[in-house]
Amino acid sequence: MALLQTNNVVKRFGGLTAVNKMTFSLEEGRIVSIIGPNGAGKTTFFNTLTGIYTPEEGQIKFKDHSLIGLRPDQVAATGIARTFQNIRLFGSMTVLENILVGMHIQLKQSAIDTVFRSKKFNAEEQEAEQRAKDLMSFVGLKNVGNELARNLPYGGQRRIEIARALAANPTLLLLDEPTAGMNPNESEDAIKLFRRIRDEKGITILMIEHDMRVVMGISEHISVMDYGEKIAEGSPAEIRSNTRVIEAYLGRGAAVAHEQKV
Amino acid sequence: MKTLFSDLYKKANTGFWPIAIAFAFLIIGTITLFQNPRSLGAFLILMTTPLVLYFMNMPMKIKVFIGLLLIIIVLPVIGIKNIFILEVIFQMAVFSALALGLNIVIGMAGLLDLGYVAFYAVGAYAWAIFGSKQMSLLYSIPGAAPANAEFFLDARWFWLFLFLGVGLAALMGILLGLPVLRVKGDYLAIVTLGFGEVIRVLALNLDKPINLTNGPQGITPIQRPPLPPEGVLMFFRSFLEPLVGHEVSEAEFYNVMFYFLALIIIAIVIVVATRLEDSRIGRAWTAIREDETAAIAMGIPLVKMKLAAFAAGASFAGAMGALYAANRTFVSPETFSFQVSIGVLTMVILGGLGSIPGVIFGASAVTLLNIQILQNFSLYLSDLRQSDAVIPIINFAWKDLSTQLDPAKYQKLVFGIILILMMIFRPAGLIPAVRRQRELGEEKE
Repeated sequence: MALLQTNNVVKRFGGLTAVNKMTFSLEEGRIVSIIGPNGAGKTTFFNTLTGIYTPEEGQIKFKDHSLIGLRPDQVAATGIARTFQNIRLFGSMTVLENILVGMHIQLKQSAIDTVFRSKKFNAEEQEAEQRAKDLMSFVGLKNVGNELARNLPYGGQRRIEIARALAANPTLLLLDEPTAGMNPNESEDAIKLFRRIRDEKGITILMIEHDMRVVMGISEHISVMDYGEKIAEGSPAEIRSNTRVIEAYLGRGAAVAHEQKV
Repeated sequence: MKTLFSDLYKKANTGFWPIAIAFAFLIIGTITLFQNPRSLGAFLILMTTPLVLYFMNMPMKIKVFIGLLLIIIVLPVIGIKNIFILEVIFQMAVFSALALGLNIVIGMAGLLDLGYVAFYAVGAYAWAIFGSKQMSLLYSIPGAAPANAEFFLDARWFWLFLFLGVGLAALMGILLGLPVLRVKGDYLAIVTLGFGEVIRVLALNLDKPINLTNGPQGITPIQRPPLPPEGVLMFFRSFLEPLVGHEVSEAEFYNVMFYFLALIIIAIVIVVATRLEDSRIGRAWTAIREDETAAIAMGIPLVKMKLAAFAAGASFAGAMGALYAANRTFVSPETFSFQVSIGVLTMVILGGLGSIPGVIFGASAVTLLNIQILQNFSLYLSDLRQSDAVIPIINFAWKDLSTQLDPAKYQKLVFGIILILMMIFRPAGLIPAVRRQRELGEEKE
């Protein structure tokens, strides 16, 4: 049974079909990438998965429950956490608070607990703070807990975003271009981090990525999108030699040349 | 010059100096105010004491001691000599509570609410309608009330209505929020502005078909909560009268009681606001303000949390509304004009959006400016007008100054100037919000 299964998902914006009959399945415990040229509909597909957009047609099933019609916060509560293409941190909150916001779903304190600072409240806050600290060291952030998130360098902000997503204890982590803007060294570190997230925390990872070094280096399975449709899927080796993928990225000529070579 | 000043401040902020300075302000203010109860300068000196306590370094115990000395002993005693001082502080407390409530909605959750005064009106009218004779006058024409009408409820019901005011205002907050929160930003501001006006116009017109609000004439008399029993009053009289030098009347006791009630409510409001801010709820509000999309992706239910912000903000205003109605024994729609919403917004922005101490400071400063400083300036100008004084170089006689120039009437101008200057020079406010720093036990490199 797949962890995430979509069938013929269609998302239109007026006359434009951004996601067209997307059928996709994701096994638990894997690291899978979605690639494709700019405007292929990858981020839109993510947004339909997380409830930001409601698809016009099709089914989305996560852990065997339909996600169609759920609000983004309800989707998050089922165990899907995500990061964003352009980093979306809460800039004027501290790094630690950003991570605490990620725990929103799990914290059970009520307004009454909060106002009276009950034992339950204090214990829960303390535990949350401890977990946040652990997550910070897990993603490799040091001595920045009290800094405002917006004051951190780019790489640090990416890490906070991942820590914030992990704070929700997700089963599935969606990463939208997590290494965009990173230099090769930083990408290398990021790949290691993603592996550790899967291996140590058992979290399934689905990511959109443009950096082929990252995609080929880490993915166990790759889906390729173009014009809103899935045009290919398979292992990194299969994708590398797939004619339709080459056509989508490099044009018809390159694809023909590739075919002749084979 | 600037460094000289900050060096001086640093020197004054070490050792026993802060305690000495706080006591100096307290004692000088008390003595001068005791001798001239009407002196604005003396009052301002005394009111600097809390600022010194807040900003300067000294042990918490001493801060609490000086603060309690000021609040429990100095102010009530001086207040009985000049009742206006208690009135000023009462208004400061009322507006601080309003500003703290609006701060939750605007400062924390980032929802621009321009109709905030409506919740204040709801609290005030709740007690006004049930705590006056209005319930017996439902079917009589406004202004033609029979003389023998009776109060509908006993004055002691006020205590319940203080809580009912909170609940009703919170409920109104939710009712307003439900349809309104679908719109964002500027649209939200306009819809809430409309809501504020709707409540005022309702108060203005609900004198028919049944006379619920008595229309533009407003409701009066509204009962005040009963004073403590005579024995307690005698006890206070026994040591207050030698200090004040005259017999303490019932009206003066009422003023002291309302002063304390306002302070108790504001204390509760401060505790609630601070605790909410530093919790899952407060973090969710700030997250919504910073980035709605990211917040909802973290599992924060937007509508629910926004409604909570509206309700929490409204509840503070509801409590103060009920208290205000009882204090004035009179409410009318005029009290709840759009001007008040803007005034409270000015306080929040002057003090610092999202900053609890800032907002209290802003509310106090603007209230003081409104009802004391501008008034005093007006009086001063009118004194000058009646004198033979002349401005030397341009040879302008003060008595030729137009009587139209009355600073007390320039409230709106002052609000406007404050808002513009703040936006240009200190957009984060006079006491900007700071995030709580936690003990993280991280080794410093």
